Amino acid sequence: MKRLFAYLQKYMGRMGLGLVIKFVGTMMDLLIPWALTHILNEVVPQKDVGLLLWWSAGMFAFSAIAFSFNVIANRMATVVARDSALEIRRDAFSQMVRLTVPETDRISQSSLISRLTTDTYNVHAFIGRIQRLGVRAPILLIGGAVITLSMEPVLAGVLLATMPLVTFASIMINRKGLPMFLRQQKAIDKLVLTVRDNITGARVIKALGMEESEIERFAGVNSDVSLWETRSGATMALSSPIMNVILNMGLCAVILVGAARSDLGLTQPGTVIAFLTYFSIILNAMLNITRIFVMYTKASASMRRLDELLSAKTELPQVYMDDCADKNAAIEFSRVRFSYSGGEDEKLNLRDISFKLQKGETLGVLGATGSGKSTLIRLLERFYTVSGGDIYIFGKPICEYGEKELHSLFGSAFQSDILFADTIRANIDFGRGLSDEAIVKALRCAQAYDFVSSQEEGLERRLAPRGADLSGGQKQRLYIARALAASPKILVLDDSSSALDYQTDAALRHDIRQMYPETTVVLIAQRVSSVHSSDLILCLDDGRSVGLGTHDELMRSCEVYRETAQLQMGGDI
Amino acid sequence: MQAKRGWGNATDTIQKTRRIPVIKRLWGYVIGGKWLLLLALVLTIGSNVLALAGPKLSGNAIDALAGGKGMVDFPTVYYYVLLMLGFYILSSLLSLVLSRLMIRLTQQIVVRLRGDVFEHISRLPVSFFDRHQSGDIISHITYDIDTLAASLSSDVITVSTSVITVVGSLVMMLTICPLLVAVFAVTVPLSMLFTRFMSRKVRPLFRKRSRALGEMNGFVEEMASGLNTIKAYNREEYADERFMSHNSDACQSYYEADYYACMTGPGVNFINNLSLSLISCFGALMFLSGGISLGNLSSFVLYSRKFSGPINETANILSEMQSALAAAERVFRLLDEKEEEKDSEGAEMPEKLRGSVAFDNVSFGYLKSKIVLHNVCLDIPAGSVTAIVGATGAGKTTLVNLLMRFYDPNSGAVLMDERDLRALPRAELRKSYTMVLQDTWLFEGTVINNLRYGKPDASLEEVENACRRARIDSFIRSLPSGYDTVLSEDGANISRGQKQLLCIARAMLGKKKMLILDEATSNVDIRTEKLIQDAMAELMRGKTCFVIAHRLSTIVGADRILVMKDGDVVESGTHAELMKAGGTYSELYRAQFA
Repeated sequence: MKRLFAYLQKYMGRMGLGLVIKFVGTMMDLLIPWALTHILNEVVPQKDVGLLLWWSAGMFAFSAIAFSFNVIANRMATVVARDSALEIRRDAFSQMVRLTVPETDRISQSSLISRLTTDTYNVHAFIGRIQRLGVRAPILLIGGAVITLSMEPVLAGVLLATMPLVTFASIMINRKGLPMFLRQQKAIDKLVLTVRDNITGARVIKALGMEESEIERFAGVNSDVSLWETRSGATMALSSPIMNVILNMGLCAVILVGAARSDLGLTQPGTVIAFLTYFSIILNAMLNITRIFVMYTKASASMRRLDELLSAKTELPQVYMDDCADKNAAIEFSRVRFSYSGGEDEKLNLRDISFKLQKGETLGVLGATGSGKSTLIRLLERFYTVSGGDIYIFGKPICEYGEKELHSLFGSAFQSDILFADTIRANIDFGRGLSDEAIVKALRCAQAYDFVSSQEEGLERRLAPRGADLSGGQKQRLYIARALAASPKILVLDDSSSALDYQTDAALRHDIRQMYPETTVVLIAQRVSSVHSSDLILCLDDGRSVGLGTHDELMRSCEVYRETAQLQMGGDI
Repeated sequence: MQAKRGWGNATDTIQKTRRIPVIKRLWGYVIGGKWLLLLALVLTIGSNVLALAGPKLSGNAIDALAGGKGMVDFPTVYYYVLLMLGFYILSSLLSLVLSRLMIRLTQQIVVRLRGDVFEHISRLPVSFFDRHQSGDIISHITYDIDTLAASLSSDVITVSTSVITVVGSLVMMLTICPLLVAVFAVTVPLSMLFTRFMSRKVRPLFRKRSRALGEMNGFVEEMASGLNTIKAYNREEYADERFMSHNSDACQSYYEADYYACMTGPGVNFINNLSLSLISCFGALMFLSGGISLGNLSSFVLYSRKFSGPINETANILSEMQSALAAAERVFRLLDEKEEEKDSEGAEMPEKLRGSVAFDNVSFGYLKSKIVLHNVCLDIPAGSVTAIVGATGAGKTTLVNLLMRFYDPNSGAVLMDERDLRALPRAELRKSYTMVLQDTWLFEGTVINNLRYGKPDASLEEVENACRRARIDSFIRSLPSGYDTVLSEDGANISRGQKQLLCIARAMLGKKKMLILDEATSNVDIRTEKLIQDAMAELMRGKTCFVIAHRLSTIVGADRILVMKDGDVVESGTHAELMKAGGTYSELYRAQFA
């Protein structure tokens, strides 16, 4: 919650002004019954119709002021809620896109989604309502307390003695409720996950005829959410009756003490009656405070989740090292080791990988499924940090690059890349402000120009979410075009031509070398034909380098490579 | 296919939907818990009456102490105070039970509603998901249903409490002074007009708000799926910028709805104050002309407060109800999205499926205006292997979409065992296929559950056997908890090739008549592919197979190879025939050794 107050800090002035206006408005509301009493007690006995009309007009004026002030104050509150929610959500989003990859893995995508949506809704609603309800109720409470104290301090003392009890009860309920709201949000994460699973996997589920079992799976998740909603709700529902009982017990005590004092002649019965009237105001205020308090508990659960996101790690630490590598090499790996789980030996996903690639050269990486090809890329772009060894780019260790600086060297097409629900141009340009020539050149090189220009709207054609209306090969070609469009220093293609036919794949490789001769290329592939013309080929097997050299060298020296090549070129199935 | 289209864009049609049908439908859900509802009503009345008795009792207690010094009737005071305590505790207890009951009731409704929405989603045609952002769909299940739940649990009680009090006080006022009740003839219509004005004004704004939040949700979901891409291209700021436009839309529409909605409370307060002013003015005048006693006037005023208090409360929640209605409307609109067409009357699978397939002059386009398949005619005998090759975008995956009936042809018919697919039960038809796709799909769950997906009763032995044949067994064993390892979201902890092997193992478990391999081994390296060759052959044995592959070496043994180009089948024949013909296929085949 501390962080929420930090956000609200700069609106303090506006909120203060709103509070004053709300205060005046509320006072006007309170003045009206007072005016009525005055009419009945003072004006009517005078039988002065003129004065009566004046007072009635006055009441009308009070009503009008109360209305307009309350509306103004409420609207000011909405503005504050809007602006601060905007900022919180903005920060949460920009944090999300800047999280380190291990942090993203830890929090998980669907939890990120629900934090940015349902959690921010809770906070937004809270900021708005706390200002509206949160002002009126304390005013009534404090006003009631002040008046009763001035009337009869002893009786007021009896009533106020219940306050510590009320506070204690509130704290206990909050303590009990908060973890439940946290569990509830977690269950919602799971709900989001299940629905997403079903949307992205609709085809497979239908193909396997598993709709019924998915409905069953969802029913489990659904009832889990409901369970926690019920529990948190039931806990919070305690607060209002408990307050009621405590305050009413106070009231009974007031009557008893009042009776005793009245018997001794210390209190007028009329005062006791007045007490009861004010008591109902106080009780109402308390009930409203209970409502605020429920919102508070819920919002603080959400705020805690947002806080966790906002304080998650964003940038990998930049380290300075003194030893310097070959200045001319574009990419150099020196005894690089890595493990996702942080383990050693058996658990290593890459072990002792070393190679050197000059500027403008092409590195082909070939290896079986799970041999560590994609891991190599993730280390190169520093999505993960090496467990041992060093990686140099243009002679500088990658940990000395700032994250931005490092990524600006790359153009990458990943295995699980994504297209957005936007135009083709926007997907290629990706907000980099590229010229039409650059985009068209990249499309041509990626062998995507023909199919793009055959679209009626060409570059302006809008894609379905995730590019669902394109074939696998079309999507891959757009990823590659996006990677090429900014003429990157290093182009990374992580198995991104697997859905292309051989002809297209060959044309692609040829055009990259022709049209982007300066670019250093790292190419990961399953097919020997995709890498055989590379300047350097790295052959991986179970995280180890089993061959490094040109096609001809590897054909001679590397058994894995030779076997793969024979299987493929021989084509004897 | 159409690009993303929010539900909201059809604003004009929404405007016409009336509130009544939405409430009626909602009522259908509420009435499901009618006994709970009835109980809730009884409890409401009970706790209200008990609470109303409180002031009366305290009045009696005060009467007993009113004597003043030395004259207090202590036994009577004790008696009434004790009664009060009892009544209050009872009333609080009732209200606790009541609110828990309402939570139960609401949860029942919400669970049903969420279940219905989910169930409906799972019956929607694939084309729906191709058109809509998943984040927006998720927003229906989270934000919209939550809004509805919040309103249902509190508002229903408030409204019923109000009704009780309003009726009671109206009766009392009528008995005191019918003439003065005439004042309400001014203010009640006024408040009705006001309410009407507000709901006209506010409801579209709440709709807009739900829509804006849905769109923002969609965007967030999309970005969350592409975090690596954003990072690799340093596009954080660009994403921020685009998010900000959604964010400010969402916040602004939230604000706009609240801008008017927050008038409701003060507005109704104003009308109440107005009626109080009128009552005091006319009441005082009547008093002066002797039409009413002072005591009666003061009770009348007290009752008028009681009368308008609940109305005030109701008005306060009115804005909440507006947003709940807007949310309900959105949920119902999703529920009204057309499901896959019902199976036609008497649809049933052939007794014994042979598995022959025919395309009879099939034309198809994802958009009516843009045909991608032109008059395709094919005849595929049962148990044969048909390979489909062609450049990307030539329409290969479209053929699969038609075979599985994810889409229906625009004209012509697809036949299985000489029967039109449209005359077969869809679920059964799909179950007759085993499918391994290029875009593998695994759900969050253990490895073994993913494997058993198509055949829930497969024994562990069977599963392990399939995995050994698919050469994925040793990998699975190397995972932290072996077969019980939980695959993370999107299967991020295993590579695409491993995912495909898992899917192949999954396919081996289900014994089906038809098989579709759509680039089934595209991510599997060639050595592993060689190793699983026997298993693949076994998988294909005795089945009608459709194989889509770029690696032409995998399909040379097919009974028939179809070469597709721009939505037409341009060549057809065996490998040898096509190589001899020297057309597109032979070109493609030679290219892979270039």
